[in-house]
Amino acid sequence: MTDAPAIELRGISKAFGPVQANKDIAMSVARGTIHGIVGENGAGKSTLMSILYGFYKADRGEIFINGKATAIPDSQAAIRAGIGMVHQHFKLVENFTVVENVILGAEDGAMLRPSIAKARRLLTELSEEYGLKVDPDAIIEDLSVGHQQRVEILKQLYRHADILILDEPTGVLTPSEADQLFLILERLRAEGKTIILITHKLREIMEITDTVSVMRRGEMTNTVKTADTSPAALAEMMVGRKVLLQVDKTQAQPGEVVLSVRDLRVTRGGVTRLKGVSFDIRRGEILGIAGVAGNGQTELLEVLGGMIAASGGSVSLFGQPLDITGTAANGQTRRARGIGHVPEDRQTEGLIMPFEAWENVAFGYHFDPKYNSGPLMDNAAIRADCADKMARYDVRPPNPRLPARNFSGGNQQKIVVAREMDRAPDLLLVGQPTRGVDIGAIEFIHKQIIALRDQGKAILLVSVELDEIMGLSDRIAVMFDGQIMGERLPQDTDQNALGLLMAGVTEGAA
Amino acid sequence: MDFLTILQILDSTVRLATPLLLACLAGLWSERAGIFDIGLEGKMLIAAFFAAAIAYTSGLVWVGLLAGIAASIVLALLHGLASITFRGNQLISGVAINFLAAGLAVVIAQTWFAQGGRTPQLSSDARFANIELPGAATRIRDIAQQGPLGQTYSELISGHSILVYLALACVPLTWWLLYRTRFGLRLRAVGENPAAVDTAGISVVGLRFAAVLIAGVLCGIAGAYLSTALSSGFVKDMSAGRGFIALAALIFAKWRPWYALSACLLFGFFDAVGNRYQNIQLGEFIVPVQFMQALPYILVVIVLAGLVGKAIPPRAGGEPYVKER
Repeated sequence: MTDAPAIELRGISKAFGPVQANKDIAMSVARGTIHGIVGENGAGKSTLMSILYGFYKADRGEIFINGKATAIPDSQAAIRAGIGMVHQHFKLVENFTVVENVILGAEDGAMLRPSIAKARRLLTELSEEYGLKVDPDAIIEDLSVGHQQRVEILKQLYRHADILILDEPTGVLTPSEADQLFLILERLRAEGKTIILITHKLREIMEITDTVSVMRRGEMTNTVKTADTSPAALAEMMVGRKVLLQVDKTQAQPGEVVLSVRDLRVTRGGVTRLKGVSFDIRRGEILGIAGVAGNGQTELLEVLGGMIAASGGSVSLFGQPLDITGTAANGQTRRARGIGHVPEDRQTEGLIMPFEAWENVAFGYHFDPKYNSGPLMDNAAIRADCADKMARYDVRPPNPRLPARNFSGGNQQKIVVAREMDRAPDLLLVGQPTRGVDIGAIEFIHKQIIALRDQGKAILLVSVELDEIMGLSDRIAVMFDGQIMGERLPQDTDQNALGLLMAGVTEGAA
Repeated sequence: MDFLTILQILDSTVRLATPLLLACLAGLWSERAGIFDIGLEGKMLIAAFFAAAIAYTSGLVWVGLLAGIAASIVLALLHGLASITFRGNQLISGVAINFLAAGLAVVIAQTWFAQGGRTPQLSSDARFANIELPGAATRIRDIAQQGPLGQTYSELISGHSILVYLALACVPLTWWLLYRTRFGLRLRAVGENPAAVDTAGISVVGLRFAAVLIAGVLCGIAGAYLSTALSSGFVKDMSAGRGFIALAALIFAKWRPWYALSACLLFGFFDAVGNRYQNIQLGEFIVPVQFMQALPYILVVIVLAGLVGKAIPPRAGGEPYVKER
């Protein structure tokens, strides 16, 4: 019994209509190990885990938990079998306390008071045992994302989960929060828990897993020991061809100053978000802005993109002032000045999800004469242009009539990138260009950004991914609390030094 | 204005606040579970009709009450079917229920009683009598003789129908169920984030139907109170927008039971004042009676627009739950 794997899947298949999401999947996870599952978006990872957690019923196949064939028709059955799942988007009631969220659905009796008292006691024990410190009486929405995730883990432990599934757990975490999560996972493993980690970040797989399975197009193509593989090998297995993880680029050839920002200030909702930011970007140069999300990067992009007004400072483009007071600033006037903007959140700012791809391709450029004939829009021309862009930017499926929401994250981003970059703007603002985008698309988007730079354009790159900042930027500025803490050249610095700056520690103090 | 007059206004405040309170609590249960209910009005109206009609035909007021509750539950289930099972738009379903009830009650009343869409006057057996608490004076002359404490007891506390006391008891009961029991925790959770409830392995549909049913029962009592306690028989449109005032009170109370009681008492008080002072003379000018009758509604608007701070409704309110991965 003890030698039986914690989870064994045999011949799991699941189809949604004509789409075969999982094809004859076999997987075995030994007890007390961390098992990674990697694969591009749409490879079938989430479907497989949903079957294991009882959200979907497999068309065929068997599940063995601790060597015993187990049917999992619903989540309740999964919980009974000792399986707990931490979803990518937390399933917490935001205005409830931690302890209320933990007991929800696992109360001891009809009255709350005894359940809550017991849960509070157990939470204290569990948080000490696993290093998951959370105040049991805190309201969820007051907690940081990292702490909310701890609540999710505690919730599973409270339900006596022996097998934990974590779906993209680090997507929402800062680097230091991610490190803490890994410490917790190691602790859980040491206590004999089995963990399945779904992620697309290969560095995390290499750092923490014991074994790793690769999925591609609904099939499990490989399962290997982490020690016997490398990021490059995994990436190749995922995509099915060789992938460049490191961006290939030549030395920058900076030219004249394109964008000049001086003492830029932004106050929003009574809070000062930008406290006097100054920098220049030249032709043929990528300036990367590193920082933990929420330190003013969003406001910087939005002011430059004409979406919000600044409260002070000045910005000029090729020496000509750029309106930042909001009166003449909007996406359209910015585009007329040659500024392209790939916004941070493609789903709310970059695209209108229910609109079709060709309509999304026209946004912001809908007065372009080639999109219009007289007073009417020339829809056929826009569709033709969209089809052309889709072909050149490798958007799949290349169908201009498909609504934006029906594309995968990577392909949605490629639509935005195609719209903003294809006109070769003099200045490109890019926010989180590869958030939630799979490896193949990341490689493609990075290449496009470098190509634009090599055409002599200026690029402002904002990203919370240090790898991306280090790989693409010609200069790196680190933002903390609305200020630029310092500027570094990528060849002269490393992730640790940048991480300190991101936490607001300058050399003098360190 | 003497003390007894104030007591009489407060007494009538309690009577007029009772249907508001029951409807408001009905709305509270439903909306706390994430189901908007603008069909409170219709449920009350249909219950008012069936309670009066059955009380009249059977001569038993309790049977009438049960008939009213049953009729209200039928409409509540219809709302549940439309908005929970078939994930329809909750506002549209509520509007439909209001129209359905308004038309149905009158048409059936005409068919059964042929009195122009009303029920016959109910005899005192077929109505809820006022309960005189022990030791309370009943005749106005005796009350006037008592001291302030005795007057308060006799005039304000004693002498209401059983449904008034029931409605008042529903406030602590609702609070206790919502905040002290497992059922309440789950119900509140389903109105905030049904996905959290679903992943915990609890039925979202079951909880929401339970909430809608409770709303049906409470609206049924409210309707029965209108036709068999507050007045004696059903007349067309007798709910007179109380279902909507109750919704206003619910927002004013920010979806909390004790605040709901205060809000309903406040709106009931406006009503009582409007009823009592029909012709106020301000010097040469006589305030028209129509204005005094409209005043409670005007005050509701002013209260809602001016006094309610930030009212955050349950976050999943109005949205059908669609299971996703």
